[in-house]
Amino acid sequence: MNSEPLLLATPSGDALKLRPEGPWTAANVTRLETLSRSVGAEVERSRIVTLDMSGISALDTLGAWVLEKLSRRAASSGRSAEFVGVADHFSGLLDEVRQVNRHTPPPAAAPNPVLLRLGDLGKTTVDAREDVTIFLQMLGALFMAVIGVLRRPRTLRLTSLVYQLYRIGWQAIPIVVLITFLIGAIIAQQGFFHFRRFGAESYTVDMVGILVLRELGVLIVAIMVAGRSGSAYTAELGSMKMREEIDALSTMGLDPVDVLILPRVAALVIALPILAFIGSIAALYGGGLVAQFYGDMGPAIYIARLHEAISVTHFEVGILKAPFMALVIGIVACSEGLRVKGSAESLGRQTTTSVVKSIFLVIVLDGLFAIFFASIGM
Amino acid sequence: MGEQQEEFAIRVRDLVVGFGRQTVLDHLSLDVRRGEILGLVGASGGGKSVLMRTIIGLIPRRGGIIEVMGQPTGGRKDGAATTWGILFQQGALFSSLTVRQNVQFPLRENLVLSQELMDEIAIAKLEMVGLRAQDADKYPAELSGGMTKRVALARALALDPPILFLDEPTSGLDPIAAGDFDALIKTLQKTLGLTVFMVTHDLASLTTVCDRVAALADGKIVAIGPMRELLQSEHPWVRAYFHGKRSQMLQHEMR
Repeated sequence: MNSEPLLLATPSGDALKLRPEGPWTAANVTRLETLSRSVGAEVERSRIVTLDMSGISALDTLGAWVLEKLSRRAASSGRSAEFVGVADHFSGLLDEVRQVNRHTPPPAAAPNPVLLRLGDLGKTTVDAREDVTIFLQMLGALFMAVIGVLRRPRTLRLTSLVYQLYRIGWQAIPIVVLITFLIGAIIAQQGFFHFRRFGAESYTVDMVGILVLRELGVLIVAIMVAGRSGSAYTAELGSMKMREEIDALSTMGLDPVDVLILPRVAALVIALPILAFIGSIAALYGGGLVAQFYGDMGPAIYIARLHEAISVTHFEVGILKAPFMALVIGIVACSEGLRVKGSAESLGRQTTTSVVKSIFLVIVLDGLFAIFFASIGM
Repeated sequence: MGEQQEEFAIRVRDLVVGFGRQTVLDHLSLDVRRGEILGLVGASGGGKSVLMRTIIGLIPRRGGIIEVMGQPTGGRKDGAATTWGILFQQGALFSSLTVRQNVQFPLRENLVLSQELMDEIAIAKLEMVGLRAQDADKYPAELSGGMTKRVALARALALDPPILFLDEPTSGLDPIAAGDFDALIKTLQKTLGLTVFMVTHDLASLTTVCDRVAALADGKIVAIGPMRELLQSEHPWVRAYFHGKRSQMLQHEMR
């Protein structure tokens, strides 16, 4: 039994006799390709090619195809090729392989790159419009769901709401506290370090207080919630969509918006202001610790300075933004979840889109609020 | 191994598999002959899929010996794709790859060959399972149930493995498609000389394509043999399975 496949070529005038030997199987494919390429020129030259199959010890689809390809090449342009000495148990396979690859579809014409770019641009524009439509549709559907609940308060999914509050509110507290604490500490440290040069260290407290309460507290928390809970919403709803759970709900006469989306978005709207408050306090605490250990400012002075620097207005400006950011995060996360199609890849893509889009929108919203509050003098 | 051909493709001896305190397979023994199509029947949740997954090595066993092609299997080993092809119940196609790439995947991972040959082999396999070359660039999400199974079969056969495992190959197919699929498996088994291990509930498949049928009940193989012999079996579960109302019609045809 040969362990290596061989291909013996015996030319005689116009005719060429090819005698493959040994195991022509997938395991030896690299060698098979070399062998079939090595006789290519001779096959092109000969008018009659005979493939003597009697020396083959093992054959599988791959080996059979390589031989069939040789014979097709030999048989092209009016020449002839034939198999001889085919063992019985290989003939079925050869017959099968002879049927395949007969109709090669025309290769897709390479599209014009300029047109391709233009097409992409147009598609992106249309998609952007569609995004806005979907956002507004979801907002409207949520609004209708809220009205429905206000009419008949018993229809509120209280269990689901409480569970979501536990998941995205209570369970998020440790990480929110840790990160905002660190951010507060870092801002305070930077403030002391740079303000010290012109003796304005005490203004660090003003900076920390205003920055944290007005902007950073709520912004950082919203971004974290978008990453932590928004992505979870998208993945959850997306896999429910993939497994037709959402279709099952609709066919039972239940509105997925009422059952799945309203409790989730409502939980976000309730939890985000609370988390933002807790985060802001943690950031102020972090700033206070830095003030004591790095800025040589005792807690009493820190609190007194804070008392002078900030007012309830600053706190209101921050916390008022939180429910709106929560609404944006919730709507984006849920509508992206419902856009998931059949594949696992689409789930991943939609989850990424959800997080990127909601963080982007949160920051845009923050900017709009900054303009608004500035113009009403808050 | 040399010229001597093993008589059995798969030998299972005293196999014990369990989860927690539950024992699913209890000292089960089963032989699959070379070149035969063996159908495995059993109650839902009775351990059919567990047996198949244990032979493949996806589920750890508590005891017993499994030999595939005369070699004892032990945990993961290299080149599993060259030993067997597996058709999972849901197809288990890689959803981020096209049909063509799915079929090429085992080739690409196990062999060194040119892209041209790989494309040709992929199309050849697809045509052998009854798909057209035009379907090669579709994604699994765009395929119907029957096409998914065919693509999964083409992928399982990509390396011409000697053994093919099928987990409920005809479930979810309409009777015509299921009949086609059975015929396809029979043809491929003949041309490629495959040994087929098929888990199925489809009585029509059992009667038309299986050389032998094994019945799994209470964690053991309680009956094994050609379909006719199984119909004569005295085991209560086997009787209930083949002589239930749903089986009446098929049985009638057998006589």
